[in-house]
Amino acid sequence: MKQTALYDEHVKLRARLIPFGGFDMPVQYESILKEHEAVRKRAGLFDLSHMAQFVVEGEAAAEWADRLTVNAVPTMKLGQARYNIFTNEQGGAHDDVIFYRLDDQRWMVVVNAGNADKMWKYLNDNIGDSGVKLHSRHGKNALIAIQGPRSVAMLGTHVDFDLNALKYYFCTQGNVYGKDAIVARTGYTGEDGFEIFVDGRDASEIWTRLLADNAGAGLIPAGLGARDVLRLEAGMPLYGHELTEEITPLQAGLDWVVKLDKPQFVGETALATQKAADDFPRIVGIVMDGRAPAREGYHVFLGEKRVGEIRSGSIGPSVGNKSIGTALVEKEAATPGTDVVVHIRGTAYGAKVMQLPFYKRSYKIGAA
Amino acid sequence: MAQPEGLLYSKEHEWVKIDGDKATVGITDYAQDSLGDIVYVELPKVGKQVAQSAAVGVVESVKAVSDLFTPVGGEILEVNSALDNDPALVNREPFEGGWMFKVKLAGDSPTAGLLSAADYEKFTKEG
Repeated sequence: MKQTALYDEHVKLRARLIPFGGFDMPVQYESILKEHEAVRKRAGLFDLSHMAQFVVEGEAAAEWADRLTVNAVPTMKLGQARYNIFTNEQGGAHDDVIFYRLDDQRWMVVVNAGNADKMWKYLNDNIGDSGVKLHSRHGKNALIAIQGPRSVAMLGTHVDFDLNALKYYFCTQGNVYGKDAIVARTGYTGEDGFEIFVDGRDASEIWTRLLADNAGAGLIPAGLGARDVLRLEAGMPLYGHELTEEITPLQAGLDWVVKLDKPQFVGETALATQKAADDFPRIVGIVMDGRAPAREGYHVFLGEKRVGEIRSGSIGPSVGNKSIGTALVEKEAATPGTDVVVHIRGTAYGAKVMQLPFYKRSYKIGAA
Repeated sequence: MAQPEGLLYSKEHEWVKIDGDKATVGITDYAQDSLGDIVYVELPKVGKQVAQSAAVGVVESVKAVSDLFTPVGGEILEVNSALDNDPALVNREPFEGGWMFKVKLAGDSPTAGLLSAADYEKFTKEG
């Protein structure tokens, strides 16, 4: 099992470590629910160094990446970040990623840890004679995320630029505690927050100083357990659950990411056909009537007919501790408000189909 | 980890308090700590006859679903309904407010195979 640059910090903090994406990663420190609450009300600090960072560069880089993904790459402004999905010929997802435009001809692509090897091979296999250069920082760089409504205040005095002026879904190159970093205003929790890309050798210092300087303001380390609950409440897909090689972005409700009017891309024909037919199973939100958690794989019924299965499930602390989840269901069961039944250990429990997300932040990002 | 004296413990990490022919059952401090934040507890039905070591319910944390076993056999007399609304009681007070169910003991040696506090502590340390 590989270790991130912050492994020793997690051990010192007595984190519970689990194998994830080939790395020993902290699933929680003290309590998933406390870490969740910190992110919603103050801020939490995450080690996301297991996610792979690839750099794509060259004169043809934008057009090359555009041909492999559903969202537009060449129209990105300098410093802009954009959510995107690499698709297969059937329109299923190889991976969901974020592109960051670092330069005229240079992009950083952050891919899921579990897909790192698959994506590295896929990208290299598709280089052909494009002249595009690929470079992996996986395992060398670190990625620290600070997420929560207080994150601007907590990080802002330790950078050499105006953090508040950084727009949502943009990034900048600067210093954090005097160390070279790329700081992006992106995230995966539904809150305002920043992702800090640094050399692995600088990660421990930034991590420990951020925690020490903001302990009084309530910053605590947060693990992958809290991150999963936060992203589920915020309606964000997790690869392997709401998106897979078989589940297309349209099925995942990510229509806004799929730009069918841009130049030809891998999977376009399949996605255009799927969109026109509009008869596919899709991801919906599910709220259980009772407290029993709906877990991945549980069957969903509309009347007597099995119409799908749960893909993610948890308790939603920000939505009254209700039992919430996502399900991939047939179109006939996908309308918000539809009453369905979820079978849990042989017993049928009532549930309702809901529009995602379950949780929306109540403040505007970047507002002074 | 706290291991109160006077209780008996199972290798599945339940505790039992014996009072005459009745037993109160819960999960240990070690168990609640290993599970993390408990968000749901499914308890057996009152009146049900259960065999020692049978799975009689589930304890769910944010991330995991675990079976709840009964360390003693007999009839389920009562369940802790406070856990319906506040399952985190199990985290906060595993040996008090977080108790799970009561059993009317049956059989000749209903506590066979259970451990003392000292033996249970040794068992958890050996992993």
